[in-house]
Order: sequence, then structure tokens, then C-alpha cells
Amino acid sequence: MKRLLHIECIKLWNNRSSRVLIISYFVLLTSIALIAAIKFDIGPIQFHLAEQGIFNFPYIWHFNTFVAAIFKLFLAIVIVSMMSNEYTNKTIKQNLIDGLSKKEFIASKFLTVLVFAGISTLFVFVVSLILGGIYSDYTELSIVFSDMEFLLAFFVKLVGFFSFCLFLGILVKRSAFALGFLIIWSILEQVIFGVLGWKFVSWETAKTIKSFLPLESMANLIKEPFTRLNAVQSVANQIGEKLDLNYQVHWYEFLLVAAWTALFLYGSLALLKKRDL
Amino acid sequence: METILTVNHLTKKFGPLVAVKDLSFTIEKGNVYGLLGPNGSGKSTTLGIVLNVVNKTSGSFSWFDGNTSTHQALKKVGAIIERPNFYPYLSARQNLRLVCRIKEVPYGQIEEKLRLVGLWDRRDSKFRTFSLGMKQRLAIASALLNDPEILILDEPTNGLDPQGIHQIRELIKKIASEGTTILLASHLLDEVEKVCSHVVILRKGVNLYSGTVDGMLASHGFFELRAENQQALREFLENLPAVSRVEEENGLLTAYLKDPMDAVTMNRLCYENQIVLSHVVRRKESLEQQFLTITNHQDAQ
Repeated sequence: MKRLLHIECIKLWNNRSSRVLIISYFVLLTSIALIAAIKFDIGPIQFHLAEQGIFNFPYIWHFNTFVAAIFKLFLAIVIVSMMSNEYTNKTIKQNLIDGLSKKEFIASKFLTVLVFAGISTLFVFVVSLILGGIYSDYTELSIVFSDMEFLLAFFVKLVGFFSFCLFLGILVKRSAFALGFLIIWSILEQVIFGVLGWKFVSWETAKTIKSFLPLESMANLIKEPFTRLNAVQSVANQIGEKLDLNYQVHWYEFLLVAAWTALFLYGSLALLKKRDL
Repeated sequence: METILTVNHLTKKFGPLVAVKDLSFTIEKGNVYGLLGPNGSGKSTTLGIVLNVVNKTSGSFSWFDGNTSTHQALKKVGAIIERPNFYPYLSARQNLRLVCRIKEVPYGQIEEKLRLVGLWDRRDSKFRTFSLGMKQRLAIASALLNDPEILILDEPTNGLDPQGIHQIRELIKKIASEGTTILLASHLLDEVEKVCSHVVILRKGVNLYSGTVDGMLASHGFFELRAENQQALREFLENLPAVSRVEEENGLLTAYLKDPMDAVTMNRLCYENQIVLSHVVRRKESLEQQFLTITNHQDAQ
């Protein structure tokens, strides 16, 4: 396992564009902390975003994992190109001839994905802990470490998304086209939802079907946190709107994303085995 | 003798096209093999199959004693097929380190092999800055990193300039002289003739001949003759029992032998029959002629 990671590390770290993207991704993750700096000072009205409760434990876990997941696109580029570059440079052929098995090849890529997702989760954990420590109104340990399932959801979400990227890299073999395909697919999921609800089944059923699609199931793991804010809810109450949303992470949502991850890995290996290089 | 590779009834189809048809051969340790055949005869496909990058349609192959998985066996093999494939953004040394990791051998051999192919001075240059000849030499260094049981080379001199071709050939000879088993696929027959002891000849995916080079050239050769009286010489030769046929080209008579005969005997026989030769040379057929005979023979069938 260490050997496979080392192989991948040599490949990735010495590639300048990958290195720049990886570094900028982690810098961006850390920059969530900059939200704390958002301050308006308009005469008598003083608005300091950090004081609005977004950095309260345990809400911060939800908020930060949601925001951090937006940056995953940076790593998606790295992962898609680390796969498709093996095809364009034909180095995948040489790797196999040199004695890497096809299973090991996929395993080395997947291990890299796990490491990326793991480090991202650790980053978000540390940044949130520090931000919360500074701005949270509650600092009792039992509150600080509640709702930790959002971190697990974040990890699973990244692994699932990156596995999808790996699969697309193998399927399409060209990084630009694979990324294009990723964007088209995300639109396609909405189109499927629209067409189903419009012509075939009820909107309710269409929504359920949509929640089984890969990108949507990953998005459902961490739902938008904004309506959960006290400030937003009190505004909603004032205009007579009742926000009744379910923010929890459910076990079946984990299972769904895990199933997609397994499917993408299996699909990648099957494609690699079936094709002549 | 120790067997390195056994190929049994291997067949590969690309849709309706049969690239390799029922191919069988074995590779023994210590020999230098040539895999011969014109372009598109299935050489690269065959190598691709045994190297785990092309899927076979039917048949089987086994490495060494047949008990190791293909990818484990490949760690003891050094192979270069077609173009040298490396990471363009890595230096020569970084690329070789990667190969060491894959083959699970220590980094210790990198310097020795880079020196062997004359690239030590360029060890820290990126692969993309290399000329084709240098890329090919780096590929050879990479294939030798694990001191392989067998070195597989697929048209290693393809696309190189005469100097590059010469360098690669010298390298191959040097490696062969150290006792490494080599499988050299090529359509350049003089290349194969110079270094190989055994040949497998393919045409349209069919195995036409497999055995030693000497065995292939087992015919008794031919004489090139000229005399003052060509007509008398021709008649005399056609009646000689050791001669199978006579051809005339550019004023030279070529007599093909079916039984062995040396030049002295031929000269004496002619003289005894009042024919004075002005030119007599005994030749062996080259691999090229033999190759063309074998492949054309197949065409005629």
C-alpha cells in the first residue's frame, strides 16, 4: 500500500500543474476562516458575519463542511488529469509492462483519492475547531464534538465524487473531455429530474428518483445549512413562512454514496481489463 | 534447459481481423530470439498479449514455471514496446525511480544503467527534452533496472538515425554477450541475423517457422560462376547431380546446390570438363532471402 502511494506521489508531486492545483485547493480550504473577517460598518448598523452564529458549535461542522465541499472541483481537475494523462502519455501501458497489475493500478489511484479526502477532512476539522474556539458561544466539550457525522459525510462525499472523476478519466481518456462530461452529467441529472416530473411521474417520485443519481446523492449527504441559521429562521417566521427542513445525515444516504463509489471503482477496473492498450 | 516463456495456441481477433492465429513457441533461457515478420504480421500484438496489455481471444501463455501471476512475472522481465513511454515532466532519474518502485527493486542500479546507455550526464533533464535516440536508450536502461531474466525489444531501432541505430545495436550485442535472454521483434532482417540465434517467423498472424537461425539457413548455399564459354558451363551445371537449378543474371550463372560441395571440387570438375572459370564464389543464402522464400512459399499455397 505504501509502495502504491509512493508511486502515485512521484507522479503527482513532480507535475507542476497538479502541484499548483493541490496547493491552491488546500489554501482555499483554509480560507474559509476568512469568512470571519466579513464585517460591515454602516453608521449605527454593525454587521459582523462571524457574530451571527455561523461559527457556533455544532452548527459550524455543518456550515464548514458544506462550504468546503464547493472547492472539491479543484481536486477533481487533478484527479481526472492524473488518470487521463496516463492514457495520453501511454504510461499506463508501460506501468503494466513493468509489472503493476491492473488492480494495483486502480488501487494506487483510489488510495490517492482516500488520502486527498482524508487530508481535506482533517483540514476542515482543524480550521473549524480553531474558528469555533474563537467565535462560538458554546464551548462545552459535549457540544463541540456533537454532530460530528457531518465530517464523516464530508469524507464520504469527497471519496464518492473523486471516484466518479477517476471513472470518467478512464472512460473518456482525455482530461478536458472528461471534465466536460462531468459538467454535462450534472446538468443531465437535472434534465432527467425535469423530464420525469413533467411527463412521466409525479414531482414527488421524480425527486426520489433524482436522489438516487450519483451527483445528487452526494449533494444530499450535506444539505444546505443556511436555512438552519437562527437569523434566517427568524426572518422566515416574520414573513409567515415555516421552514421545516431535515438537516440530518441519514445512514441510507451514506450507503447510497458508498454503493456508487464501489460501482465506479468496479467500472474502472472492468474498463481497464476489457480494453486493449 | 530452463523455459522462460511458453505460448500455446494463442489467438487474437480484432473484430473480423485475425491478428495472431494459433501461435505456439517457447523461449529458453540464454538464447537470443528474433521475432520476424513484415509490418502488421502480429508481432506487437503477440508481445502485447504476453505483456498483459492486450487481451487474448483464446489460447494460453505462461511465464517461467507457470506458477507466478503475469504481473509478478513481469517484474523479472524488461520490455520496451514501440515508443518509449515515460512521464514527460519527470527527469530521467525520477522516471527510473518510479520504475524501481513498480518493479520493487532498490534505487541502487539507476546510476549503473544510466551510465551503460550513456545518459548519466543527462540524468536530471526532463524526459520531454530528450531526442528519440535518447528516449529509446532511457527505455533500455529502464528495462535493465531489475537485471531481467529476459529483455523484450519491439523494433528498438525504429525511427532512429544511423548513429542511433548503431548505438542501440551495440547495446543489444553487449547485453546479449552478458548472457541475458533477448526477444527481439523486428522487420529488419539483417538486424536479427546479426544478433539472434533463434527465430520465430510470423506472417499474417501465422507461425511460419520457429527454430534456430542456422537450421533455417540449412540449405547448402549456391555458386556464382562465370566462364569464357557460358553456354557450355550452363549445360555442364544442369547435368551435375549436386545442382538443383541454374539461373543467369548479369552474365553470372547461379547454381543452387542440393548436396554439399565446396569451391575446390566445383573448380576441379569444371576444369576436367574443359571449362575454364573466370569467376567462382560460393555463398550461403542470407536470412533475407530465406525469409522471402518462406513467406512467398506461404503465398503460393
